[in-house]
Amino acid sequence: MKENNKTSRRDFLVSGLLAGAAITGCSKPNDFVQNQEVALTGEKVKLLSVEGEVIEIDKAYLKPVPNLPTITNEDERRGIPGKKFVMVIDLSRCKNLKKCQIACDKAHLINPGQNWLKIYPMQDSEHTAPYWQPTNCMHCDEPPCVKVCPVDATFKRQDGIVLIDNERCIGCRFCMAACPYSSRIFNWSGQDVPADIAALPYSCETSLPPKMGTVSKCDFCPDMNRKGELPHCVQACPNGVFIYGDMNTDIVSNGSETFRFSELIKEKAGYRLMEDLGTKPSVYYLPPVNRNFPFENGLENQSADDKLNTHKL
Amino acid sequence: MENSIRLSEEQITQDLLPQKFGKLGMIWVSILITICLVGVYAYYRQIRYGLGVTAMRDYVSWGIYISNFVFFVAISLVGSLITAIFRLSNVKWSTPLTRIAEIIAVSAIVFASIIIIVDMGRPERFTNLFLYGRLQSPIMWDVIVIGTYFFISILLLYFPLLPDLQILIKNKDKSGPKLNWLYRFQGSFWKGTPEQLKICNKAINTLSILIIPVAFTIHTVTSWLFATTYRPGWDSTNFGAYFISGAFLVGSGGVVVAMYVFHKFYHLEKYITDLHFDRMGRIVVLLSFLYLYFNVNEYLVPAFKMKKSEEDHLAELFSGDFSHMFWFAIFVGMIIPIIILLFKKGRKPLPMFIVGCMIVVGAWFKRYLIVTPTLLHPFLPMQDIPANFRHYFPSWEEWAITSGSLAGALLVITFFVRIYPIVPIYETITEQLESESHEN
Ligand code: SF4
Repeated sequence: MKENNKTSRRDFLVSGLLAGAAITGCSKPNDFVQNQEVALTGEKVKLLSVEGEVIEIDKAYLKPVPNLPTITNEDERRGIPGKKFVMVIDLSRCKNLKKCQIACDKAHLINPGQNWLKIYPMQDSEHTAPYWQPTNCMHCDEPPCVKVCPVDATFKRQDGIVLIDNERCIGCRFCMAACPYSSRIFNWSGQDVPADIAALPYSCETSLPPKMGTVSKCDFCPDMNRKGELPHCVQACPNGVFIYGDMNTDIVSNGSETFRFSELIKEKAGYRLMEDLGTKPSVYYLPPVNRNFPFENGLENQSADDKLNTHKL
Repeated sequence: MENSIRLSEEQITQDLLPQKFGKLGMIWVSILITICLVGVYAYYRQIRYGLGVTAMRDYVSWGIYISNFVFFVAISLVGSLITAIFRLSNVKWSTPLTRIAEIIAVSAIVFASIIIIVDMGRPERFTNLFLYGRLQSPIMWDVIVIGTYFFISILLLYFPLLPDLQILIKNKDKSGPKLNWLYRFQGSFWKGTPEQLKICNKAINTLSILIIPVAFTIHTVTSWLFATTYRPGWDSTNFGAYFISGAFLVGSGGVVVAMYVFHKFYHLEKYITDLHFDRMGRIVVLLSFLYLYFNVNEYLVPAFKMKKSEEDHLAELFSGDFSHMFWFAIFVGMIIPIIILLFKKGRKPLPMFIVGCMIVVGAWFKRYLIVTPTLLHPFLPMQDIPANFRHYFPSWEEWAITSGSLAGALLVITFFVRIYPIVPIYETITEQLESESHEN
């Protein structure tokens, strides 16, 4: 996932550069050539100018531009207009493959031992059947974490996403205490960040590059959404457990299938976690009925540290 | 000082002027400084390597820094109790104790602020609280009321000091040029005219009234840092009152300990007398009962219902991993002090000192029990984490920083006593004159 991510970002930058070069090239062709001493390669590339004409320049003029933030912090705080993101997690399809978790950890450079996405073996009471429950940030409509944050580092956007601004977070960890879903993790000691990511300007939407001494959690991948892609976990799950989309258009998808959100929730009796706390999550669950896999299939992926838990609110 | 022998003005002044450190004092100060320096080094490591040097992890995300913070805020409340509440209710015997209480309050509140910054993952962004502060967060309330409390406490320490500064300046041969400069800088404008005395008295009265709601607020708000979350053990409507009663108890315990130290090592037996210990003893009993009452509320009511979310938490406190500490805090911090202090012999200086220590130590662990066990019982089970995330025992850095902060608070008090008279000279003299004129 990370590779894909990187390539697409690079593609994007190149095209941005070409557009820039084209503009300069058209308005002042002479300056453009004279002011820059570059060894010409002889290889030409064709570009489309803003006026719509095709022009040709030497490849040597293609230089990487510094990473410019594409969206301002203000826009990141406002959210994507007209959207209301939701996720549906179909418990009948999960067998604890943990592919979602691996993809998520990799894409967001999460330290080993920490996860934004956890798969809980749940058994509500002694005589009820166990099931696997993937849990990420619930992106609550009444988010307790946002209420307690003293500096507006955790905020709720118009599109329903709860994000963290790691450049503002003071690391008080009040939000971690406030979150009943334990979905927040703290960057205790920092991590090795690959040079290309470390060089990127910080973005709340990608949560990259990670910052030591601040809090992070599932961000619902708004950066992927802006690119028209599904979040990493949704793409990584071969069983289509995660179904993600927009409540306003009522369309949710796991990549291979697309549903009407309202119908899906109605037909399969969707519910949310800890409804009684009044947090109003944006993540819905479909009950583990007519399962695709027996619960036991998932046990092999369970680490020795994690025993079976029989506890739920 | 009803029963004490009549003392001449000179005698009182001589007795109460600040004393140079003796050998014992020097050893005490060097030990404290050493502990502080170790704490500073540990903090340097924490800045350098991140909060990863602590034992806190994603589940136990608040550890002894926060419990220490709560402890400091709690102990600082005593300033308002002894200075303000006693003053307004015309309690005369507490005069020699006011300054002790007020300096405990000031140094504790200073170190509460320091320790909360130590707990931050990004201390250099502290200013964000002012740049981007949002009023709906209980942390902001805490910042505001702690700031207010600090300033009122400083003034309550300073105003009654003014007449004493005049006495200190008069006796300048007793102190070096540097201290004299300090005294003059702080108090040379004070001439002791009736006008000035009137203004000063008025100011102290106003501040005494002001500080009571502020004191109640700081600890209530501190309790709300916990009570505004959903967690078992914190989700309680009782929390504000529970914290305040505990705060008065630990603060009084702290004053008793300090009283004994000054009584014994600064030879102030004539000023801090058995009578004071006896009276403080009665107050401590009352406060212990009050705190015990809130503890019964806090633990027995949820235990009666045993909601699923509370069950593991309570079981761990009553009979699980934290049970030793829990029963230690209940017995040593409340029940045994009550039993000792109910007897007249128990309210003599030495047993009072021991009881005071028990209360303070018990209270420190009590704060730990309020913060940590709750975090070990999240709503969703702990999952997908390494084994060391599942429990919490503070790392050496955390111990060092915490001890450093405690030592620092003691150091502030020690230096204060070195520079200023810990028992107000002026008030002691006037009160003696008053009681004499009464008798005549
Ligand atoms: S840790 Fe950061 S995001 Fe969380 S409440 Fe504190 S400042 Fe806000």
